[in-house]
Amino acid sequence: MATKLKPVDVVIVGMGWTGGILAKELSDAGLTVLGLERGVNRTTEPDFSVPMIRDELRYAIRHELYMDVSRDTLTFRNAARETALPMRRLGSFLPGEGVGGAGLHWNGQTYRFSPSDHRLRTRVTERYGETFIPEGMQLADWPMSYDELEPYYDKFEYMAGISGQAGNIRGETVEGGNPFEGPRSRGYPNPPLKASLSGVMYEAAARELGYHPFPRPAANMSRAYVNPDGMSLGECQYCGHCENFGCEANAKASPHITVIPAAQKNANFSLRTQAWVTRVDLHPDGKRAKGVTYTDVRTGEEFEQPADIVALCAYGLGNVHLMLLSGIGAPYDPETATGVVGKGYCYQLTSTVQTFFQDKNFNPFMGAGSLGVVVDDFNGDNFDHGPHGFIGGASIINATTHGRPIAYRPLPPGTPKWGSQWKAAAGHWYGRAASIGTQGSNMASRGNYLSLDPTYRNAFGQPLLRMTYDFTENDFKQSAFTTRIAHDIGRAMGPTHISPLAPKSSSYSIVPYQSTHNTGGAITGDDPRTSAVNRYLQSWDVSNLFVVGASAFPQNAGYNPTGAVGALAYWTADAIRNRYVAAPGPLVPA
Amino acid sequence: MTDEGLDRRRFLGAIGAGAATLGADVADAAEPAPIAASPAADPVAPAGYQFLNPDEAAFMEAFVDHLIPADALSPSGTELGVAVYADRQLAGAWGKGARMYLQGPWRKGTPNQGWQSPMAPADLVKAGIAALDAHCRRVAKLPFERLAPDAREETVAALAQGKIELDGVPSKLLFDTLYALATEGLFADPIYGGNRDKAGWRLVGFPGVIATHAQDIETYRGRRYEAEPMSIADMS
Repeated sequence: MATKLKPVDVVIVGMGWTGGILAKELSDAGLTVLGLERGVNRTTEPDFSVPMIRDELRYAIRHELYMDVSRDTLTFRNAARETALPMRRLGSFLPGEGVGGAGLHWNGQTYRFSPSDHRLRTRVTERYGETFIPEGMQLADWPMSYDELEPYYDKFEYMAGISGQAGNIRGETVEGGNPFEGPRSRGYPNPPLKASLSGVMYEAAARELGYHPFPRPAANMSRAYVNPDGMSLGECQYCGHCENFGCEANAKASPHITVIPAAQKNANFSLRTQAWVTRVDLHPDGKRAKGVTYTDVRTGEEFEQPADIVALCAYGLGNVHLMLLSGIGAPYDPETATGVVGKGYCYQLTSTVQTFFQDKNFNPFMGAGSLGVVVDDFNGDNFDHGPHGFIGGASIINATTHGRPIAYRPLPPGTPKWGSQWKAAAGHWYGRAASIGTQGSNMASRGNYLSLDPTYRNAFGQPLLRMTYDFTENDFKQSAFTTRIAHDIGRAMGPTHISPLAPKSSSYSIVPYQSTHNTGGAITGDDPRTSAVNRYLQSWDVSNLFVVGASAFPQNAGYNPTGAVGALAYWTADAIRNRYVAAPGPLVPA
Repeated sequence: MTDEGLDRRRFLGAIGAGAATLGADVADAAEPAPIAASPAADPVAPAGYQFLNPDEAAFMEAFVDHLIPADALSPSGTELGVAVYADRQLAGAWGKGARMYLQGPWRKGTPNQGWQSPMAPADLVKAGIAALDAHCRRVAKLPFERLAPDAREETVAALAQGKIELDGVPSKLLFDTLYALATEGLFADPIYGGNRDKAGWRLVGFPGVIATHAQDIETYRGRRYEAEPMSIADMS
């Protein structure tokens, strides 16, 4: 029998970026806020101390900071005709666990989605006509525009101290930035990071080809920074241990050194860790949440936490899982394309071009999570898709992220994989390689969705989330086109060797790491028949439930999602503070 | 560590000939003589095996030495502690399936669905080594570690391509697991027992855990940065 606890105004499930932002904003507004986090609390001192934290095996290979799939995982199949089987170990994507969530171990690549990404269906239809949209593609507009979200993008960037070069301030093009970006109200709070050699070479080659390279926006601090909440961040040391690790210098914006301690200054915020929420409890009419039930994973004891407002701020996949487990909203059915929860699951397509230079030294271990140079000319709406016959695009990036030698040993094609020749080549080329990657968009497709698995269960006896997902023809066309551009830029850099063209061309595998950019499943929209949450990320079905994160994206763009996720969290917090609290109930008529 | 203070030579002597595949017993006269690790480079982990039995240890040493032969660039895998690294990983939480979902029911699945073996990595490696040993004895009448270099290369290449039928263990999965152990043992921090004297880091020029490059990234732009690599133990 669960122990019933004292009610709070707001209970937040998950203490990563979105949960941390809501905790800060809603506790500032005077609400009593409780944050529940399934994992442990970690602090920079002592948990990310040098030398302990510089352990590639422990953090990058054995996944110390990530979710433990022995306790809860998901099942996967490429198509409904297959039997989904458990993801028995992490691979393709790496959700976080613990205070700070994925915001602890991210690289810090922080973009805004472009204005056209926020009204994609309308824009594609305007430019190419309705018939350009392939059969089965569930293309949708966001219900809020880029202009509406701009102040919230800005707020996230200043909180997180983003280092970058603006390309468009209030409609004026700024030299050196991304000329394709939406207008921003002001420049980035910090200047760009220092460029690496491969970045300098990539920039020159891209410019020579007529493209518009710019420094990748980074949550790695180019200088010491105090954010508007008074939280201090240190200067990035280019240590090459960003993604998979916590930062010992507090030089990577993370929830545990920004929004969460800022919230903790308010006596009306409290944080409870190792509290695993198993469901949202509903009133008998199913229209309002009573609160949540969680298990203290230290003792196995179960608790009921009543709350006036419930905010799901887990990783996007976790949000969808909790909605399905709690019976909130109609589950999506791909046969009839009806129902909404689990609909619109999207991912990304990535590809790599590796270049090798006999006479260069890149010192790859001098890097930062978001150090890089980006070409955005073939992303989103930035080029004419007419001749190419696909929707979407990719950011094309030279990255200088790390040179950790278990994972980073680029070798020219045809090199043996073991033996003396392999050793010699590994030593020779380690410092002489530069890579270019594509990060491609992914559109919602009728057959790709999330649901509950009929067979497999987690440690709490609950059905696992089931992912049914594959790439589509549109995706393969996109990857072929943008990988060709990446390869052309690579050749223009004048390498001794270059890897062969290798766009994504076969079905999705959950095995190799690709991207922790899983989106959709609780998408935002204007119509309760086709979306799970309204424009304020409020559940259409349960009006005191907000579902915050990349789960709300109707489709995925060719950018890292955290900038848009942060903007959505501030946007939702604002709606709760300034709209919902005054008049609890649906903020948009159904 | 339970066997602190027992050095490798004494340990090998104590357990007898079963594990003595390091030197002359290996039917491998064509391979260059191993270059000894420098005397200053004491192993971080004490020698001796926690998990591998003598036959498995003989296989593991031969396997890592085939992948990482002694040559002008480094001593052999075994000399670098790579077999000890693999043993420690198999004996520890990772080998026992920590952070893996190992509940049934079990189905073979598609390659895209990844690891579907009911076995934790240590069980898989154990079964895999036994199955590969049976294969080698059937085909060549010799265990893997006594095969001539060419036959060994043929066996490893076939394993890597999943072309050997092994009883109960997918051969590609076995190879991928062993290959990951070998490369981790060469390049992981020496605190785990491999990468002795940071030889793997020296091989590629990775400077290790000290990494304050805010100035270096400009100072050394286009020039090779060289430094004595520093490990966790060096700074602890």
